[in-house]
Amino acid sequence: MKAIVNISLKAGVLDSQGKAVHHALDALKFEGVEDVRVGKQIVLKLTSTDEAAAKKEVIEMCESLLANTVIEDYEIELVK
Amino acid sequence: MKVSVVQFPGTNCEYDTEYAFKRLGAEVEIIWHKETKFSDDTDLVVVAGGFSYGDYLRSGAIARFSPVMQAVVAHAQKGGKVLGICNGFQVLTEAGLLPGALKRNEGLHFLSKHHHLKVATNDNVFLEKLSVNDVVNIPIAHHDGNYFIAEDERKALYENNQVLLHYCDENGNISNPNGSVDAIAGVCNKEKNVFGLMPHPERAMESILGSDDGVKMLEGFFA
Repeated sequence: MKAIVNISLKAGVLDSQGKAVHHALDALKFEGVEDVRVGKQIVLKLTSTDEAAAKKEVIEMCESLLANTVIEDYEIELVK
Repeated sequence: MKVSVVQFPGTNCEYDTEYAFKRLGAEVEIIWHKETKFSDDTDLVVVAGGFSYGDYLRSGAIARFSPVMQAVVAHAQKGGKVLGICNGFQVLTEAGLLPGALKRNEGLHFLSKHHHLKVATNDNVFLEKLSVNDVVNIPIAHHDGNYFIAEDERKALYENNQVLLHYCDENGNISNPNGSVDAIAGVCNKEKNVFGLMPHPERAMESILGSDDGVKMLEGFFA
């Protein structure tokens, strides 16, 4: 099973990289962009076959290491 | 005065830090990250600057789980003094020993220059030899120095005198190089024995190198 973890800055936290990308898109005349957020994706290949147990473990990984919950949110997607 | 300086793979300010504290008369030991304890007579643990573990994942995120960090936490918990400079500040926030977090600089550039700092409080051993509103000139050198803390927690920091320094210009007017909330350059914990700042006082020890204002700061740790 694979776990895809998407990490992004929390809504209230200014995303300077997103802002810079937005400016660049504006400069390229892509005018329909309302907001840009830059995050990161971590893909974990897991040995577990139990979805609930895997989810629980990945949440622990996010809370302890993968995300800094002071400034970041995370989303987990499990793929068989 | 015995100082232990923590060294991770990628730390690059441990020898400057050793030089600075030796110059002030301390006995200094450099402690490799695989060690699990400091000498019993250690007064101050310094988590020095650099790029521990290549700043992978987030600055300080991996270093936080090094064996030596258990010793840093134990030293802090028994009331021992801990100072995190630059990457060391990032490591201490990641470890939960200091509040808040450090994000990418607002302008996205790595900043390496001298910057002035204004003392916000001297109600602690680190800055007690300086006065409130004193201005010091100290080098900064960081990519992820943009301090963030949620508003309610920030209020608590001010109430407990935990905000140590603000970035300013030479006249003491707030000037923010990296987008930190309230131009905060350094903070301490509630118990006032763990300190962190992005600027490098250990690089400001001799006027021939641009400034010796770091002496006044680091001297605070000497009784």
